[in-house]
Amino acid sequence: MHEQEGTEGGQARTDAPAKLVTTRREFLNEAAAGALGIAAAGSMIVTYGYLSPNVLFEPPTTFRAGSPDLYPPNSVTFLEDQQVYVVRTENGFYAVAAVCTHLGCVTQWKPELGIIACPCHGSKFKPDGTKIEGPAPRPLPHFAISLTADGLLQVDKLEIVSPGQVLKA
Amino acid sequence: MANSFSMPPALEWLRATRVWKSIFRRGPALTNRSRSLAVFGNLFLHLLPVKVREKSLRVRVSYYLGSISFLLFVVLGVTGVLLMFYYHPAVPQAYRDMKDLRFVVSNGVFLRNLHRLAAQLMVLAVFWHMFHVFYRGGYRPPHEFNWVVGVVLLLVTLFLSYTGYLLPWDQLAFWAITVGTNILSAMPLIGRRIRFISLGGNLVGENALLRFYVLHCVVLPLIAILLVAVHFWRVQKDGGLTVPEEDGGKGN
Repeated sequence: MHEQEGTEGGQARTDAPAKLVTTRREFLNEAAAGALGIAAAGSMIVTYGYLSPNVLFEPPTTFRAGSPDLYPPNSVTFLEDQQVYVVRTENGFYAVAAVCTHLGCVTQWKPELGIIACPCHGSKFKPDGTKIEGPAPRPLPHFAISLTADGLLQVDKLEIVSPGQVLKA
Repeated sequence: MANSFSMPPALEWLRATRVWKSIFRRGPALTNRSRSLAVFGNLFLHLLPVKVREKSLRVRVSYYLGSISFLLFVVLGVTGVLLMFYYHPAVPQAYRDMKDLRFVVSNGVFLRNLHRLAAQLMVLAVFWHMFHVFYRGGYRPPHEFNWVVGVVLLLVTLFLSYTGYLLPWDQLAFWAITVGTNILSAMPLIGRRIRFISLGGNLVGENALLRFYVLHCVVLPLIAILLVAVHFWRVQKDGGLTVPEEDGGKGN
């Protein structure tokens, strides 16, 4: 109060410019508010970091899909644990995601209709992932597929490749 | 309220006892003034209006929808705590506990269904309450702030409903949360991060179950209790319950 009276209320200094000096009280108030703000932002960041797990016990994103001989030509095989279709055409192999691009339900291969269908909202796809109809916004993505040194198929679900890429049989 | 209101003798005796006076700090509430002071001086009652116009107690004025929502919330709190005594938020024990509650635990099916049905009724009651307030113009000044608190309470109710939906850990729950959190990830820029942090991973698994359990049983109920207190208190501060114009009120 003393400082404020000196700069604003006091009659002796009416000629002094109104707001050029910061009083000690104002400075301390602003410093305290700034420190609290920084502390609040810091705790938000720390909490966000705490809530983001670093180690996950989820299925690995790269997996081996067995020998190529397991897949007959012109077949679609659903790997349930990995939620991936391994498709073998005359040209070779490719891997298509089984998770619907609409809202994440697991689709099903319907061999009698030759389509991949989603049970949740009725999206339909061709075996190469292209959308036939409905609410799904995008085609099913293709994952990188390769052969390991010992001749097994390997799929990497983190690497999305263009639909044209085929592993030659 | 007339002063000639007579109490049962037992209650009258109780109100004159030393224990009653030590709790409520006053004796028999014989005048409007001492009744008001008793309400003001009580932590729970001070949230409520001291006086209520008789008109605002007519069923057609409010249908008691706010009170019904609150009572359902109390039922959900009590039954929810009882369910917690048997429920482990872990995979796959959660599903087995839910089955145990239905088929093994004494009165478990009753309490579980009470919780489930009260939850569904509460969503209905809260929505109905909101529509009723809206069409009666109850959002107009000076009730604007309380209207916003009410909208947040509607969202809290829906989040409580949604987080509780995962806890039985059945197929319905799993896919509902898969679909719902994928809707979250459609948010621009931060969507995927928000999904990751709410599930505690990339898919609906044990982390997600535990997170939804904590939100459902601790975080959201605390927010709801706080906001309900503010909501009640503001009804009183904004001039009591709304009485619409056609019922002789000012309409706000």
